[in-house]
Amino acid sequence: MRTRAWVLLFLTLTLAALAAIAFGSVSLSLSTVVDALMGRGAADAEMIVRVLRLPRVALGIAVGAGLGMSGAALQANLRNALAEPYLLGVSGGAAVGAVLATSLSVTAPGLVPLAAFAGAVVAVLAVLAVAQAARGPGDARVLVMAGVVVGAFANAAIMIVMSNVPDQTVRSALWWMMGSLGDASWAGVRWTAGYVALGGALLMVYGREIELLALGDEPALALGVDTVAATRRIFLISSLLAAVTVAAAGLVGFVGLVVPAIARSLGARTVRGTILASAVTGATLVVAADLAARVARAPAELPLGAVTALVGVPFFLLRLRRMS
Amino acid sequence: MIRFDDVRLRYPGQFAPAVQSFSLRAETGKLTAIVGPNGSGKSTLVRALLGRVTPEQGTITIDGASLAELSRRDVARRMAVVTQREEPVFPMLVRDFIALGRFAHGSLWAGPTASDVVIAESSAERAGVAAFLDRRTDTLSGGEWQRVRIARALAQQGHAIVLDEPTTFLDIAHEMSVFELLDELAHDGIAVLLVSHQLNLVARFADRIALLHAGEAVAIGSPSDVMRGDLLERVYEWPLVVSRDPAVGAPMLVPLRGRSPR
Repeated sequence: MRTRAWVLLFLTLTLAALAAIAFGSVSLSLSTVVDALMGRGAADAEMIVRVLRLPRVALGIAVGAGLGMSGAALQANLRNALAEPYLLGVSGGAAVGAVLATSLSVTAPGLVPLAAFAGAVVAVLAVLAVAQAARGPGDARVLVMAGVVVGAFANAAIMIVMSNVPDQTVRSALWWMMGSLGDASWAGVRWTAGYVALGGALLMVYGREIELLALGDEPALALGVDTVAATRRIFLISSLLAAVTVAAAGLVGFVGLVVPAIARSLGARTVRGTILASAVTGATLVVAADLAARVARAPAELPLGAVTALVGVPFFLLRLRRMS
Repeated sequence: MIRFDDVRLRYPGQFAPAVQSFSLRAETGKLTAIVGPNGSGKSTLVRALLGRVTPEQGTITIDGASLAELSRRDVARRMAVVTQREEPVFPMLVRDFIALGRFAHGSLWAGPTASDVVIAESSAERAGVAAFLDRRTDTLSGGEWQRVRIARALAQQGHAIVLDEPTTFLDIAHEMSVFELLDELAHDGIAVLLVSHQLNLVARFADRIALLHAGEAVAIGSPSDVMRGDLLERVYEWPLVVSRDPAVGAPMLVPLRGRSPR
């Protein structure tokens, strides 16, 4: 990818982040934002910028980067430009974990994300087990089918749990399932960013292997890749990366699908380049979508997942049309 | 050298073996061809070399080392395989694509080194695709694409190269240029193992031919040993005659019409 494209990507992210800090139910001027960031602003402006909005933007960057990288790696791994982490059971498993925790009135801070992460991990392992049973743990098509099956099972489980809990619990579980950065805290940002960086680094390490997997099973074998082990490894890393973001912000769909395609259209050709560009693009998309979710009907907030879906669905249809 | 010794291959869940009692040596400096009708087990042998099917019986060795005991990276350093199909989902530059042939030689983390780049470029030169290095793979014609894939296989710098029907869908000029290139590779001391349906070209270029029928080798030998009318007619279950190519003198198969021409 050319330097110009990288500059454009980082510039867009910076602008989106600044806008997300400046705008919301209360709008601030650029100078107020800069003063508050430097620690020399008015107390209320500093409160809005440093306590309310900055962690939210930082969490948006971490979540978007994680989803973007996960999507880019999975699309190459599964040789499918329409694959995304949520297709493979991660979202369903995380939702079951969160809904179960909510329905059991486990409301201690941090426990719902933990339950969501646990649910996502169980789902990812279930997908691998189903694929193993179908004798295709290293077969991209079998993994996708296993993901769809586990996702359908998770949906059934959610409906059963939700039909037996009070309305208020249903409402809070639904809100979580629609995605939000509203609970952002610096502790959450640190954990999420740490795991996202770790997952991203692992994907970079295995970048060349992913490049070969994208060629197909037999060419990759011919070039020296143990494809069964490699496909499982990349699937696990990418899915857990997505699971971390789900634990932090609920379900934010379509980012993992849309972002790698944008990265490729900007000239990313190698898998490592696509993963890195997807991290920056994903961060920008989630930060911008969160801004839109906050200002569209301020002071009310729209669900973040609904905003990303509003961007993602037309994009998905456009891609489908172009592919056919 | 690639060597099959009394190999039996069976797909999981299948009662009948796809290949049995198969022995063949693809020697260094020779072009060895495997021919036979559809479903005779040719591609299964290639899949066995890729580790997709494990021999139930017998052994496959590459340069004297058992395939079962080599890692995929070890195998890729010794032998390149140009598979029958490859359809990239994400296009890339031809030079990056050819450099992927160096994967087994480098560390997992590192990208192509300066010497990898030189090897990739000389492989492209050798396969006649140096002019396409800066093109994207999705802009290549069928013939160019096959040669680019062969260039990537050459970049692996193994002692053996296996090609599964590399000239399918190619016109005469592209087909001939691929066969000429394989002939040169054999002359340069590489063991070339070719799976092909192009019997007449195989008869002209190959040093040894193995004719497969229903998973078994029914003939192995020189082109004139294998290109016999009675044998081919029985194996392909179609009336045919074998004559001599008037231009080059190689055995030439001519399939006859199944019924009288109108």
